[in-house]
Amino acid sequence: MSNWRRHTSLILPVVVVAALVLWPAVTGKAANRESAFTILKAVALASSLNILLGYTGYVSFGHIVFYGFGGYVGFYLLSAQSWSLWPAMAAGGLAAGLLAFLLGKAILRLRGAYFALATIGINEALKAFINNFELFGGPTGMTLNFRVYQAYGGAAKALEMSFILVAALTLVAIVVSHVVRTSKFGLGLQAIRENEDAAEIMGVAAPNAKTWAYVLSAIVPGMVGALFFFKNGNIEPHDAFPLHASIELLVMVMLGGQGTVLGPILGAFAYQGMRGYLVTSDFFKDIQLSVSGVLLLLIVLFIPAGAIGLLRRRITPLRGVLA
Amino acid sequence: MTALLSIQGVSRRFGGLQALTDVTFDLPPNQILGLIGPNGAGKTTLFNAINGVFPPNEGRVMFRGKDITGLPPYEVARLGMARTHQIVQPLNELTVRDNVMVGACFGRHNHGLAEARRVADEVMARVGLAPRADLLAGSLNVAQKKRLELARALAAQPHLLLLDEVLAGLNPTEIAEMVQTVRKIRDQGITILMIEHVMHAVMNLSDFIIVLDFGQVIARGTPKEVAESPKVIEAYFGDPKLAEQLKLSD
Ligand SMILES: Nc1ncnc2c1ncn2[C@@H]1O[C@H](COP(=O)(O)OP(=O)(O)O)[C@@H](O)[C@H]1O
Ligand SMILES: [Mg+2]
Repeated sequence: MSNWRRHTSLILPVVVVAALVLWPAVTGKAANRESAFTILKAVALASSLNILLGYTGYVSFGHIVFYGFGGYVGFYLLSAQSWSLWPAMAAGGLAAGLLAFLLGKAILRLRGAYFALATIGINEALKAFINNFELFGGPTGMTLNFRVYQAYGGAAKALEMSFILVAALTLVAIVVSHVVRTSKFGLGLQAIRENEDAAEIMGVAAPNAKTWAYVLSAIVPGMVGALFFFKNGNIEPHDAFPLHASIELLVMVMLGGQGTVLGPILGAFAYQGMRGYLVTSDFFKDIQLSVSGVLLLLIVLFIPAGAIGLLRRRITPLRGVLA
Repeated sequence: MTALLSIQGVSRRFGGLQALTDVTFDLPPNQILGLIGPNGAGKTTLFNAINGVFPPNEGRVMFRGKDITGLPPYEVARLGMARTHQIVQPLNELTVRDNVMVGACFGRHNHGLAEARRVADEVMARVGLAPRADLLAGSLNVAQKKRLELARALAAQPHLLLLDEVLAGLNPTEIAEMVQTVRKIRDQGITILMIEHVMHAVMNLSDFIIVLDFGQVIARGTPKEVAESPKVIEAYFGDPKLAEQLKLSD
């Protein structure tokens, strides 16, 4: 396959992100920028989770732990150590990656439901730990001094910059997803997903490959966490480690189609769109989480390969484009 | 001639079950060694002990002069040992080509994707899977999946190939084809250790035969010697069909 054809599957995702970035500017509404930020963040997190869930076949119910941990580390460096945003974000990503590396060594030996359960446990354990960790503000968390934004030209400018940065991180997540999918490393991951024992017998060093997949899937969420809480100006344990957000990420990835580059992007879009409607509707406001649970059930029962998986299977010529 | 593979006093237990007891033999390069024995004799377990899936409790496995006892399967694979499964293990949601490329990428030569693709296409042509290269592996029928097992193993370009009942479930025409294929593989310089129930095939192909029963080697020799061994006939007595095949194969 020629080099360019290998990358056609990247066109659609990049167009989607570009459209999202331009949307607030074109419509000129600040509220749209908030919505776009939320969607971009979801796309970045879902695409990252996809590396573990979609390519490697390991279901994580606690992926938000990397977002929360990266967020806390970044926030602490910003607020208590007066780091600037860039290095704080990098540190958040690094911290999340390191956490994934250590966790990977410990729990990636578990398979199927046992691994999934362990990931929930870790999210809750870290939340409980930070609740009692004075350096990070314990249960009340930390707040950013307003003066911090001055270094970026004021709060408005800081918001604008955060938006550009989240778009950049989203692009990074998508490109990483694409590179993994089309690489030898990714072929090994997919072999693990299909049959880990057979993969090992064919020479795939599964323990290492899984650990690196886990690390790769954690870094961008860690950076997004640092960025989000910088923009938010405040961080608390229940905001940083919301278990339901992990489940929403699963819904996004599976709705669009796990194991494809485009799937998690469309899934994040669709889910956030639906969620936006649900929280504003009086009837659904209180049950939106039950809705995501039911949605997950329906996906697993009726479109286990997700929307993109379904299309790829039905319409063979689309395989090159919808990868 | 030094052995390519040397099994030295290998034993393996599963809980209270003694699946292998003190198995010892050498496999010289460029030969086909047939491993036969009744169901449950421990043949597949011996493969698992050799390539690290279930390491031996006692004994040693030497491969090309190196002690590989207890190495994980993926390291054994990289040293140049490939294997097919009695119960096929296709990577269902990947294409046939991708399946074979996994073998090439992570086998003895550690190929990059481009080179692996070339090797895969060549191997698929050799085992007759080329027309199905772009199908999902899960959509193949059993005979094709058996060939896929073989293709993946060959794509690893191994020194030693472990074949676990590649003929089981094939019809007579397919068996004849597969026998030819196996012989060709050996002629290309790959040493083969094969578990087989189809007696006439294993008797025809093998340079040497080891007979396992209840986890122990009960006979060894040329196909002719083994077929005439009273111990072997006794071991197969519980299975009249097999005993009949043993006689027919002379
Ligand atoms: N993973 C395992 N756990 C427990 N028992 C096993 C396992 N693998 C094989 N056995 C037992 O070891 C014996 C030998 O099995 P196997 O090697 O599959 O026989 P064969 O391939 O000769 O038919 C059988 O009794 C089988 O039940
Ligand atoms: Mg067997």
